[in-house]
Amino acid sequence: MSGTLAEKVWEAHVVRRAEGEPDLLYIDLHLLHEVTSPQAFDGLRLAGRPVRRPDLTLATEDHNVPTTPGPITDPVSQVQVETLRRNCEEFGVRLYPMGDVEQGIVHVVGPQLGLTQPGMTVVCGDSHTSTHGAFGALAFGIGTSEVEHVLATQTLPLKPFRTLAVNVRGQLAEGVTAKDIVLAVIAKIGTGGGQGYVIEYRGEAIQALSMEARMTVCNMSIEAGARAGMIAPDETTFAYLKGRPHAPTGSDWDAAVAEWSALRSDDDAVFDAEVDLDASELTPFVTWGTNPGQGLPLGESVPDPESFADESDRVAAQNALTYMGLEPGTPLREIKVDTVFVGSCTNGRIEDLRAAAAVVKGHKVADGVRMLVVPGSARVRLQAEAEGLDAIFTEAGAEWRLPGCSMCLGMNPDTLAPGERSASTSNRNFEGRQGKGGRTHLVSPLVAAATAVRGTLSSPADLAVEHPVEHPVEHPVVQEA
Amino acid sequence: MEKFETHTGVGVPLRRSNVDTDQIIPAEYLKRVSRTGFEDGLFAAWRKDESFVLNNPVYAHGSVLVAGPDFGTGSSREHAVWALMNYGFRTVISSRFADIFRGNSGKQGLLTAVVAQDDVELIWKYLDNNPGAEITVDLVSRTVTAGEIVAPFDIDDYTRWRLLEGLDDIGLTLRHEDEVTRFEKSRPSHKPVTTPVEPVS
Repeated sequence: MSGTLAEKVWEAHVVRRAEGEPDLLYIDLHLLHEVTSPQAFDGLRLAGRPVRRPDLTLATEDHNVPTTPGPITDPVSQVQVETLRRNCEEFGVRLYPMGDVEQGIVHVVGPQLGLTQPGMTVVCGDSHTSTHGAFGALAFGIGTSEVEHVLATQTLPLKPFRTLAVNVRGQLAEGVTAKDIVLAVIAKIGTGGGQGYVIEYRGEAIQALSMEARMTVCNMSIEAGARAGMIAPDETTFAYLKGRPHAPTGSDWDAAVAEWSALRSDDDAVFDAEVDLDASELTPFVTWGTNPGQGLPLGESVPDPESFADESDRVAAQNALTYMGLEPGTPLREIKVDTVFVGSCTNGRIEDLRAAAAVVKGHKVADGVRMLVVPGSARVRLQAEAEGLDAIFTEAGAEWRLPGCSMCLGMNPDTLAPGERSASTSNRNFEGRQGKGGRTHLVSPLVAAATAVRGTLSSPADLAVEHPVEHPVEHPVVQEA
Repeated sequence: MEKFETHTGVGVPLRRSNVDTDQIIPAEYLKRVSRTGFEDGLFAAWRKDESFVLNNPVYAHGSVLVAGPDFGTGSSREHAVWALMNYGFRTVISSRFADIFRGNSGKQGLLTAVVAQDDVELIWKYLDNNPGAEITVDLVSRTVTAGEIVAPFDIDDYTRWRLLEGLDDIGLTLRHEDEVTRFEKSRPSHKPVTTPVEPVS
């Protein structure tokens, strides 16, 4: 029987199927962090249950950690991190704590260790688990009750998802990136457009993306309401994985590649829905509102709420403009920012930092603008420093920080003050997401960097610099310092 | 989990679409390691606005939230469900819920009733004309009753059964532990493992 990629991975993990019940699915990898796990471990303790497969479980500290040197100063955050440490010790789960060379944002750490592989099921108590779908894994965020369920049973009862093909044909123009693709997709189908679906990103423009760029696309699937996003594995995927610490070796590698190569939607597979996008028509995309679907090409202006046909879209736009302090008709390029944030599980990988560095190189961050560059993991930080990217950022006047989730959600001290405005490479522009009263414009690393230099939302084309050169797909992983 | 059959309580109109979980409970409130006490953070930013619906004393004991479409989008934080339940909500009505939020609710016994947007509008109007009125949500007949309005709602059969019986998922799965063990034996050897540590307990 023919099937889609998502259906094939699903079928390979069904432990139990019974009429009138959800399928019981086996979970290959369970990632943990400090925010959504304490109540799950508590539940295990109350019921006297062990962690069934600590060898398929990995924890890291990311949401609360400060990105400046020194200990956590907020006592409540400290308790949460200490609780994770105690739980991991008690239940035998490997933890990469602050200061460890393998520490970082959970969705950056899994792939760089080679733990995320094609055809796997990957879950984490974090909605951006969709990131791992870039490898052709079925990866999705879960709530704390489900975290406890996976810890106890290594399975989850799930109703099958529907499938949505997002076909991105053509080629991206220079200066247009994976982030622009996904922001355009969300603007097109809305924040509820993917609800109930697993998205498979397909087409020439997707195949041309590096693994890191594919992770950016899959990462934001949840912002379109889809629980997971996937891309069929190919030579790019295999090349990225080869040699990583947890990737198969020897004959296991050959067996794995043979299996992975079959992981693609059959030519006659039927998707429940399809959406088409022409990559060659895309330009840098930014959000103007308070949900990730409220975005437009940078060359356009703040929309008039009256221009929305749908009543609830109109009200949402009006509320958004009030919160964002924006007037309809203002060209997006004239919007001034106070802060630029480069980082997060969406755009905190080495390629993202290279792209931003190439734009700011030889420039200064505009007066009155603060630019934070937060690597996604300790490994990314070391790699960037080995390439001299940290010096480029600091010479431009940006702050070079330690890894963590940071200003993406402001659970650590990195927040916007009320009324402050940011251009941010993160994934959510919700009210107050980056700090109470803070205003967020979601952008690509290239737009973030150009915005830092000019002080208003900008693309690299607005600067008189060469566009950053193409970067090779394969990156050496630096050795432990 | 407590059984849920029917619930009658004060209906609270929340005329907003895309109520994301960062609005339901901002990140700064997520640092507790318990499942209780999250009511302080419920709609924390909006509650600073005097005109916000929950600041109207009429709705102080509201337990049925009637919201716009796409409720619970964004972060997977189950704290959003805990915050609503800690505050006293037993049911949320919307024409569309985000998947993860809906799943989390089902695990905790918060009923998420999918009601057609036209019916949501009627219920909003009814509540505007009768502030503080009670709404009945009946899981047995899958209906919402507000005055003369009787609207059907959708919920999947399995979640409905679990809520009606008050069953917890982990206990249900562990009934099939032998099937999990059998599946584990068939997993390919090239699948990765992490490097666990010895438990110390």
